[in-house]
Amino acid sequence: MFKKLFPALTAMMSIAYLAPAHAEDDVRIALVVKAMGIGFFEAANEGAQEAAEELGNVEIIYTGPTTTTAEGQIEVISSLIAQRVDAIAVSANDQDALVPILSRAQQRGIKVISWDSGVAPEGRSVHLSPSSDDLIGRMNVQLAADALEAKGVSSGQMAILSATPTSTNQNVWIEEMKKVLPEFPQLEFVDTVYGDDLADKSYREAVALMRNHPDLDVIVAPTTVGILAAAQAVSDEGRVGEVYVTGLGLPSELAGHVESGAMHNFAIWNPIDLGYAATTIAYNLVMDNATETSVDMGRMGTAQLDENGSAAMAEPFIYDATNVEDFADIF
Amino acid sequence: MMSALLKHRERFLALVILALILVVGAITPSFLSPNSLVSAFNDTSILMILAMGQMLVILTRCIDLSVAANLALTGMVVGMINAAYPGVPVPLLILFAMAMGACLGAINGFFVWVVGVPAIVVTLGTMSIYRGTIFLLSDGAWVNAHQMSAGFISLPRTVVLGMPVMSWIGIIVVAAFYFATRHLRLGRDFFTSGGNPTAAFYTGVSVGKVQFKAFVVSGMLAGLCGYLWVSRYAVAYVDVANGFELQVIAACVIGGISIMGGVGTVLGCALGALFLGVINNALPVLGVSPFWQMAISGAVIIIAVIANSTAERSKGRIILRRAVSKRATPSQHQEA
Repeated sequence: MFKKLFPALTAMMSIAYLAPAHAEDDVRIALVVKAMGIGFFEAANEGAQEAAEELGNVEIIYTGPTTTTAEGQIEVISSLIAQRVDAIAVSANDQDALVPILSRAQQRGIKVISWDSGVAPEGRSVHLSPSSDDLIGRMNVQLAADALEAKGVSSGQMAILSATPTSTNQNVWIEEMKKVLPEFPQLEFVDTVYGDDLADKSYREAVALMRNHPDLDVIVAPTTVGILAAAQAVSDEGRVGEVYVTGLGLPSELAGHVESGAMHNFAIWNPIDLGYAATTIAYNLVMDNATETSVDMGRMGTAQLDENGSAAMAEPFIYDATNVEDFADIF
Repeated sequence: MMSALLKHRERFLALVILALILVVGAITPSFLSPNSLVSAFNDTSILMILAMGQMLVILTRCIDLSVAANLALTGMVVGMINAAYPGVPVPLLILFAMAMGACLGAINGFFVWVVGVPAIVVTLGTMSIYRGTIFLLSDGAWVNAHQMSAGFISLPRTVVLGMPVMSWIGIIVVAAFYFATRHLRLGRDFFTSGGNPTAAFYTGVSVGKVQFKAFVVSGMLAGLCGYLWVSRYAVAYVDVANGFELQVIAACVIGGISIMGGVGTVLGCALGALFLGVINNALPVLGVSPFWQMAISGAVIIIAVIANSTAERSKGRIILRRAVSKRATPSQHQEA
């Protein structure tokens, strides 16, 4: 019995191995996120599901570790390799630590792309940034200028509340913000502080900012925990209308603060679009529908790849009192 | 000189805190405004309340690493209840939070008392379990300001007699502990069980049971702080108060609670929490580099532990051990 079954089994396994993306089968795309349970990634999954429906023969495997560690992602990816998925789209917790495991995936014929938070070029074929660093930096300064306008003053002071002082993307954005500041002469930059993405520390830092700079007009926080804590601190200190908080955050988390008046507007790339675009790119790679320089992103247009295979999706989307409620229900 | 200072540890700590406030005030005068001082005290209330519970646990020679996870779990549950049923009165929610926290604490206590697992292992385990449970309950979603009812958010910030309700809760908890540890039998039992478990047993105190009670009280206060935290920052998510247990333990250690159990005072513990609170609030005002902030907090803890261990060296109960070691020493020499 066993002897008869065995060749059949190995034959089946080798077929599965040789032809992972058989046209009639579903294309299985794994969406690996930094950690499960983050609203932003849940929304990206929603976009991925949308893309899957549109494309028809796609199955999305939404997965990730429970904490934001590279080790956790490596475990998740090894199990995905064992499951022989067709493509892995990962938002990496570490751009280098994932390279060996992802190279192995590529050797097994799995298409690998990174999105949101990138992997070094050796570990993936395409990286999709939600936006580009210079677009984000410019957007944050633009938001600060918008806040001055909302306050009805011609010039004013702004400060930045960041996450940890070692956070790479935060530091790049802050650098980009400082680069475009000269184009906004009405903004006087006074300070950068770090709340470590902890609610209590961010809150204290925001309070200290208002104490140290009594004429402060805008706090820009390009991080979700920080922006929330700063908005709460402004409300608690009774400075609504005097100090505006802006930056990057999710509509569902910030709707209340836009309503209270502590915030005028804020921005975030649309995670639904991002999940959608990442899935479409992964699908097109599996189907060999991509060139060296461009790959189609469905309703998001065409991604232009640079020499490192990186592409930017779009500039961050602005949310204010007119649309925040609608988006708050989505993500 | 040194020992005289340490004997009056509370007075010494109070002076250090006062000096610290004055130094910071000299550099940034706005720190000394009544408003700013009240807000610094208010900011420390949660730490102070948790330190009271942790103190009892440490007094009985245990440790509770799960307080912050307990806080986050009860905070999330209370936040979710409030979001789903805004009609439930807030005082009822607070009672529920305390009861739930006490139950979570009782789980720790049960394993320490009945099963006999070391507290550090039990609470390390429950710390992860409680955090994981938050994820399972919430599916990772946040409970945000606009989902919470107005009463839920405003209660701790309501100003009564010049201070927010949260500060008053902190003061009431400390006062209650001050009274209980001095005048109630249970309060004295915590010291007895940790100071000399053998003697405690012979005087009819069940050490395990006292440890169980310490965990229940610690859990109950963590539950109370769960509500306070979520309400204060108007947000509940999986990582709320991540790593906060270390600050709580640090507050106890700085306040002179001996890690070996049995030694410590409520006042010292409260001052330990205040000291950390002042540092936490002063460093951002001074504009100290974020890297230095961590180093300074760490250095303070180590200094406090060194002060503790030198203070303990002259304790009476060690005399017996010294006598034993004297007898043991010559034979060791002979062997060598």
